[in-house]
Amino acid sequence: MISWIASFASVWLQTHAPALIVAIPLLAAPLCVLIANGRAAWIISIAVTAICTFFAIVLLSHVRDLEGVAISYAMGGWKPPIGIEFRIDSLNVFILLLVTVIGFLASIFSWPSVRSEIRHEKISLFYATYLVCFTGLLGVSITGDAFNLFVFLEIGSIATYALVALGVSRDRRALPAAFNYLLMGTIGATFFVIGVGFLYAATGTLNMADIATRLPAIADKTTVQAAFAFITVGLGIKAAMWPLHQWLPNAYSYSPSMVVVFLSATATKVALYALVRFLFTVFSLDFAYEGVGFGWLLMPLGLAAMMVCSFQAIFQTDIRRTLAYSSVAQVGYMILGISIGTVLGLGAGLLHLINHALMKGVLFMSVAGLVLQTQGTYIRDLAGAGRIAPWTMSAFAIGALSLIGVPLTAGFQSKFALLNASLNQGLWWVAALIVISSFLAVIYMGRILETIFFKAPPDDSETRNEAPILILIPIWVLAIANIWYGIDISFLNNLVSRAAEVAFSVESLR
Amino acid sequence: MIEFVLERANYWAIIGLMMVGLYITFAARNMIKRLVGLSLFQTSVFLFYVTLAVVAGGTAPILYGKDYPKKDYASEDIKIEEKSEGVNNGEKKPKYEVKEVYSNPLPHVLILTAIVVGVATLAAGLAIIVRLREEYGTIETDEVRLLDEETAKAESDAYVQESQA
Repeated sequence: MISWIASFASVWLQTHAPALIVAIPLLAAPLCVLIANGRAAWIISIAVTAICTFFAIVLLSHVRDLEGVAISYAMGGWKPPIGIEFRIDSLNVFILLLVTVIGFLASIFSWPSVRSEIRHEKISLFYATYLVCFTGLLGVSITGDAFNLFVFLEIGSIATYALVALGVSRDRRALPAAFNYLLMGTIGATFFVIGVGFLYAATGTLNMADIATRLPAIADKTTVQAAFAFITVGLGIKAAMWPLHQWLPNAYSYSPSMVVVFLSATATKVALYALVRFLFTVFSLDFAYEGVGFGWLLMPLGLAAMMVCSFQAIFQTDIRRTLAYSSVAQVGYMILGISIGTVLGLGAGLLHLINHALMKGVLFMSVAGLVLQTQGTYIRDLAGAGRIAPWTMSAFAIGALSLIGVPLTAGFQSKFALLNASLNQGLWWVAALIVISSFLAVIYMGRILETIFFKAPPDDSETRNEAPILILIPIWVLAIANIWYGIDISFLNNLVSRAAEVAFSVESLR
Repeated sequence: MIEFVLERANYWAIIGLMMVGLYITFAARNMIKRLVGLSLFQTSVFLFYVTLAVVAGGTAPILYGKDYPKKDYASEDIKIEEKSEGVNNGEKKPKYEVKEVYSNPLPHVLILTAIVVGVATLAAGLAIIVRLREEYGTIETDEVRLLDEETAKAESDAYVQESQA
């Protein structure tokens, strides 16, 4: 299927796909502003995200054909390491695919919810901002240059602050949330750029592959260690790594529905990818895990996120806050997988990264569908929603089961992989904590499911009030994906195990 | 010891500025002041990069003196003196060799980009503050927090009344 779709691309398209996948959404954004028509901007965003998905598939099939050799694209014809390099290997091609597919589904889904939540004259600007954000995330995933990564990180982030602030038409608390996100995000990005400065001072280059070749000789210098500290903290803030996650719950609770669907499934994931890229390929495993013992710092942070934030999720009265805290907890699972420091562990962490995007996509989309009808996101507002909107809510139930990790859902597969990886290293207490955290997920999701399906609607009306078809289609695509990958995970497993192998092969960047 | 400190005077200044900026960002209550602190923090990083670019005795990276391109009056072209591309110990020599000392231009270029990013962040932050002032009527973070708490309390009171009715 993948190679069949990729066969539509000409040689020229295949050669220039790395540049086009970033350039097209960036050029489409001002187009949306110029046209200044909401519906046209919506169609442009669907078309652009579809084209980018196509390019991501082309790149995926190309990376597979190359068998472990990275695609290197010299921007503007300046050969790396002097020029900026776009570099695609198995580790980032699946992130590209994830961002583009979620972006595409979110664009289709967005129209009814954006029209009800954003002022009409602002809709085209909303889509322009969304496309800039999309560009930034793709750029972070594709670039092979450390400073270029910072620029794309900020392109994406500044657009995100604006998108979060647009939630003001529904709840004014979106504004302080966006402001705090801006402060935290900028501090994170600035920390990252300080780290890159130290790396440049130590190695004299900005190309990640070039840094990786020069680092082992000078790994015991304090400059390199300071660079490591600054870069991990900076990216940790962006990835909402516990305890640097304080911006996330508010930003997710008050932003427009479409924004939270897109962000929860992609933004923290891309920052997490950048963290993996730096930990494993730029700094190398020997330096990060044996040289400075980072694995032993990372693992408690992941476990703390899993336990503390799952616990906090139980006490929330707003469904979007519950899901936001659960997002931080799920980032904890991914961090845990990374911290184990084996191919199995990293593979499990990355698998959970994809699966979490699938399930949070379903959950936030069906909440958005519900908000259209009831205008409230408190859990009590959902009473009897299972009878009012059975299709929307059964998709929600599938997402919730997947989040808990019930067998035959995608969430089970990745939690099982995590258990497997930790038991393989003899970390039985970590495995026990994973199971306990899943029980906490049963409590907080179970409480919501009970309200939805077993409580009577407020006025005992049995009228059906389903979400619009434009929302139902993407919801069910993701819900079916959750079940499909729960039964047969081989496609995703293949993707992430190749990615983990690339991260662990020392020669991948050198 | 004193020599060690004084040799790195520029770094101490940058670290001091960085800490001041970060402290204001965390401690100030006024949102504009917080943004000022954030800008100070970012600017100290720009200075850090510029400091990295310094080469002892170097000057601005514009060709001058012995490197100044000779004007070839016969063809009216500006020519940079070309070195023969020799191979020495298996390593390729650069085609052009500069004789004067220049500071490193790359960090300056990087920081131009970072300054643009900083300006964009500041603009986005100020726009959010303007909007926030329209909604809340204040730009003090603690007053905003109080107003938010009141909203949350009113919502939960409404819920209690609803369930009693």
